[in-house]
Amino acid sequence: MKTFPALLALLLVAVAAEAVCAAGLIPTPEFAGHPIPTAEHPDPVARLPLRDWLDVAAMAGGIALASYFALRRRTRRGLFLLAVVSLVWLGFWRKGCICPIGAIQNVTLALFDRSYAVPAAAVVMFVLPLLATLFFGRTFCAAVCPLGAVQELAAVRPIRVPVWLDHALGLLAYVYLGAAVLFAATGSAFVICRYDPFVGLFRLSAGLNMLILSGALLVLGMFVGRPYCRYLCPYGAILGWLAHLSRRHVRIPPEECIQCRLCEESCPYGAIREPTVTPPAGKLRRGRRRLVVALGLLPVLIAAGAMLGRRLQAPLASVHPTVQLAERLWLESRGLVEGSTEASEAFRNSGRPPESLYAEARTLSHRIGLAGGWLGAWVGLVFGGKLIHLAIRRRRTGYQPDPARCVACGRCFWYCPGEQARRGWIAGIAQKSAATTNEPLGG
Amino acid sequence: MTEIINDRNIDRRGFVSGCARVLGAVGLGGLASALALRKGRAVDEVWQIEPDRCIACDKCQTHCVLDVSAVKCVQCFALCGYCDVCTGYFPTKYDALDTGAENQLCPTGAITRKFIDRNGPTRYFEYTIDESLCIACGKCVTGCRLMNGSLYLQVRHDRCLNCNECSIAVACPTQAFRRVPASRPNLLGRAAHEAQEALARRGVAAGRVPCLPSARSETAGMSAARSCPRQAWAWHPAGPLRKPGAPAEARQA
Repeated sequence: MKTFPALLALLLVAVAAEAVCAAGLIPTPEFAGHPIPTAEHPDPVARLPLRDWLDVAAMAGGIALASYFALRRRTRRGLFLLAVVSLVWLGFWRKGCICPIGAIQNVTLALFDRSYAVPAAAVVMFVLPLLATLFFGRTFCAAVCPLGAVQELAAVRPIRVPVWLDHALGLLAYVYLGAAVLFAATGSAFVICRYDPFVGLFRLSAGLNMLILSGALLVLGMFVGRPYCRYLCPYGAILGWLAHLSRRHVRIPPEECIQCRLCEESCPYGAIREPTVTPPAGKLRRGRRRLVVALGLLPVLIAAGAMLGRRLQAPLASVHPTVQLAERLWLESRGLVEGSTEASEAFRNSGRPPESLYAEARTLSHRIGLAGGWLGAWVGLVFGGKLIHLAIRRRRTGYQPDPARCVACGRCFWYCPGEQARRGWIAGIAQKSAATTNEPLGG
Repeated sequence: MTEIINDRNIDRRGFVSGCARVLGAVGLGGLASALALRKGRAVDEVWQIEPDRCIACDKCQTHCVLDVSAVKCVQCFALCGYCDVCTGYFPTKYDALDTGAENQLCPTGAITRKFIDRNGPTRYFEYTIDESLCIACGKCVTGCRLMNGSLYLQVRHDRCLNCNECSIAVACPTQAFRRVPASRPNLLGRAAHEAQEALARRGVAAGRVPCLPSARSETAGMSAARSCPRQAWAWHPAGPLRKPGAPAEARQA
């Protein structure tokens, strides 16, 4: 019996995989009464798709309900409660991931890297609010997006941001969108997720920097309504763009505007635009000239942006981990930095020649540089587009929310005397027009 | 045409924006279906560690968004030498070869050491990870690599939140973190894979193991995984997958 394990060991040497022996490993013994166990691996297959589709269903239901509350029922209370539910479900329970904002990057990466398998749930999550916005305005932002919801709750004492500052800061979101697409397309990073200010709050764990950013944005959000949504959110930039085309979006007076201006102060997001007056002829001419200048400036801005963006190759590329590693290795090999990092140490141990890494980093860097040109052109286009947008004169007969800026929070409903008459809280104001139309809720 | 538009109470602006809306909706729908129906690509993905790239630094322990990391240490028993003096269990300086806390490398005592058999003076012990205690510090993994390297780190999918941008992946110094299809959610190192296969061959020869890993071919997705009761089988990363964005030559190297 004593010779049995020895025999087994011999047998093992004979049949064990070549590499096990070649690498000088200690052979695994074979025991007579003890089979070699195998580690248990928890399986995500049965769990993941169901959970993801549940989220998608929750989001679809949420958008439908938010649209119903904002456009049909016109109830701020309903929207507020829905926002709280979304915050708890998509935010705290599902930890705010994956969300449509982050899904921009998944879709971008899938478009640029054919080997990347984008989850179907991420695509649906990306497209669903966009489609809804085409038809109902930004009701997703109103009460479904957990990031919007947390800021909606934080906005306790909002002040009015000067219009020029509001316009200028609003451009940041487009720049952020362009940068996020660039980094996702080149496989560098998912910056939207990395710098998502509220996901740390949802998970109740974050690094110190993100904690500071999150806290700062929340405190700022008490006085400046929804700072992330208005000035940073890249998805909000796309939604605002699509909301211009929306079939129906929130309007303040249920019928005719009596121009009482009560709603104007109620909007914490500066989204309500006053009625226009026909300017005198001289001003009209100046406005037209401004539009021509803006149109002429557009290609100049795009070209200038592309040239500037091309020069950003080094800082943009340094976000990519491979480029980072190559730079570090190069510096170490030239003796320009002392010591080594875990990454460079591991690379040396891998036995791969540094030249191949340098070549790969150069290719990546070049690609990112080209993408930087596109990013610059995009920023130029955004700036030029803004100038044109500002130069175009619009006609508004009553106080109306700007569909791109309005997140359908429903605060202004309460302030409108027409709305109060519709609900029967006050009498008289809207009776005249109520007699003329049968459907008081027309979008 | 004008009359039709007038009849339906639509002005020119409304008509143009209506057209743009329909175009936008069709475009978005097209984009979604093109991405979702891309051949064999619409699968869910999860994060996993490639053991051969992992250097077992402590980033997994400290950078996960969960309080206790979703990464755990896993024992590949088929590669384990069942050593008495286990370099993954004992620190380089130990007082005695016993299970006293001062003699353990693991800071949380997550490894259980169980006597299995002896062959003359040689004793064999089985080392099992208690995942409820493991904090993914990787100390045992680096220790074990002095010998067989049968201990390795893996993302546990029942714990992982599957963040869109994994915080550990960002911090990982060797880019060992990557997305893998949810149907093949675990990765094995090359040595562990070969040991596992050798063990399975022996098992089949002895009529013990009900199925061979080769029954789960590259393309066999969930069905093969389900049919095999030893789901434990992990997959060696020699397949066509790579970290998103990493050029092909990076993988070959």
